[in-house]
Amino acid sequence: MGFALVAGIGIERATKVFARTTAIKGISLDIKDGEFMVLLGPSGCGKTTLLRCVAGLEHLDDGRITIGDRDVTDLAPRHRGIAMVFQSYAVFPHMTVEDNIGFGLRMHRRPKAEITRRVAEGAELLGLTSLLARYPAQLSGGQRQRVAVARALVMDAPVLLMDEPLSNLDALLRLQARADLKRLHKEVKRTTIYVTHDQVEAMSMGDRIAVMREGSIEQVGAPMEIYDRPASQFVGGFIGSPPMNFLRGSVRAGSFEGDGFAFPISRVPPKVDGRGLLLGVRAEHLRIGDQGVPARISVVEPLGDHALVTALVGKTPIKVQAPIDVRAKPDDDVRLAFDESKARWMDAETGAAL
Amino acid sequence: MNARVLDRTLVYGGAILLAVWVLIPLYLVAISAFTPQARLFDYPKPLVPTTFSTETMQFFLEARGVIPSVINSILVALFTIAFGLALGTPAGYALARFRFRGRQAFQVIVLATKMFPIAILSIPLAVTFLQLGLYDNLIAVALVHTAMALPFIILVTGGVFVAVSHELEEAAQTLGCSRWGAFLRVALPLALPGLAAAAIFTFVISWNEVFAATILTLRTRTLPAQVLAGLGTSPLGFKFAGGLFMAMPAVAFIFLIRRYLMNLWGSR
Repeated sequence: MGFALVAGIGIERATKVFARTTAIKGISLDIKDGEFMVLLGPSGCGKTTLLRCVAGLEHLDDGRITIGDRDVTDLAPRHRGIAMVFQSYAVFPHMTVEDNIGFGLRMHRRPKAEITRRVAEGAELLGLTSLLARYPAQLSGGQRQRVAVARALVMDAPVLLMDEPLSNLDALLRLQARADLKRLHKEVKRTTIYVTHDQVEAMSMGDRIAVMREGSIEQVGAPMEIYDRPASQFVGGFIGSPPMNFLRGSVRAGSFEGDGFAFPISRVPPKVDGRGLLLGVRAEHLRIGDQGVPARISVVEPLGDHALVTALVGKTPIKVQAPIDVRAKPDDDVRLAFDESKARWMDAETGAAL
Repeated sequence: MNARVLDRTLVYGGAILLAVWVLIPLYLVAISAFTPQARLFDYPKPLVPTTFSTETMQFFLEARGVIPSVINSILVALFTIAFGLALGTPAGYALARFRFRGRQAFQVIVLATKMFPIAILSIPLAVTFLQLGLYDNLIAVALVHTAMALPFIILVTGGVFVAVSHELEEAAQTLGCSRWGAFLRVALPLALPGLAAAAIFTFVISWNEVFAATILTLRTRTLPAQVLAGLGTSPLGFKFAGGLFMAMPAVAFIFLIRRYLMNLWGSR
């Protein structure tokens, strides 16, 4: 369709203001050719708005967007070389599956033979071949979702945009569709922006994740990098299930002290004496034993392959991922050991990692 | 008896009362229209018709001027539908899609135009139409009917377009349509049943309207104007038959478009 077959996406100082609020605040982000970039954040963080700005469905109030080497900031959606999968799927109810998948090709006036061939290929790829003559009302949610993906893929646009495409599927189907989408991306290698509020989806699918909050990007990085080294309290709390644990306190003379607890530490970030700090530790980096920080067990939840234990350190509830045969009971006094090299220190005021 | 039951009793009681209020006259007109002229004054009047005859109906339809006025009525209604949809559909679409300044005010003003009785508007209207040379003319009547129907058309089509997901049009745009193309290929086909309902409703408004039609026409009468003109001198059977004939399309169409009216009032 006249677009470059591979194209990175450049977003520079993108700003979008709605009537009362600034939806995105000067975001810059570079997405490489063929990369699967996930925009992750809670609802209202601006991730969908950013995606819609790349699609051309919203116009930037400031900043620039490039796709490949073209500045697309002022182009209509149909001139940008994008294809999009919507959260509601937006499958046209008055057209058959075949006409839905071929709609974009017809709009771009491709020859009939090519449309037939590419619709067949797209349907094959998504397992829709036997459903081509049906209308959307006769399809399940999962099938409609696949029609939406097929319709976007057959466009051969260099950029694929997806807005929470799995959020309307039930849990089991979502697992399947997640794996399917990941496989598809490997096969078609389009540059993809994928919006989700589900951190598991983000972790499992993304080459990189951009964690967004209140119209800004909080951190960009590979999934494990973000998981292991969250740039802020927000990121640590948003990524991972259970979220990262945080203890609030301050360091005095080699000891970390807070509300109802004090324990010695060896690795302290420089120049933090007396400042309010957060110590972030993930549940799987904590061990229940007879060494470490004193704590009292409050809840034990067996989850099959492990047990999730909630223990109070002072007054702060801390989640611990324990072996399923852990012998802790509520009200037991225990000690929690953790690997200080895997803990994160954050500024209690700003939440930023130190 | 709890409050909910009481509530429902009141609602249903009220609804039944209203229905009876409307249906009884309609029923009486209907059985009279199919009673032979000679039996029309029977007393006591049988509530279940014992004789059925199309004689009265036939008399009405064959009366002088009735058929031409029916044709005039249909023409005026068709013009009204054309003008009304051409003007009202874009307005309804705008109300459904765009969050523009003054949107609420616009909606209220559209409804407020219904507050002026046509009787008050008729003299200035007649003067204006005389000055424009649009007198005793089907287009003139259609223009007045368009003005009367527009608020309904705008609100009904607005409700129809609200029901067509905006994401469908956006999807069409990402797939190669312009804004206008997305409307034509996606929103419009999906809105067609609702627009048809609006058209039918417009037809009924125009078909039933008598005041403006009487003032603005002399020789090219619409049916209600024609019936009204002869009301003082026509026999009773003629009135019953004419009443029924004029009421039938409205009753039939309201049944057809009930669903869309419910949509409209439910969504606002």
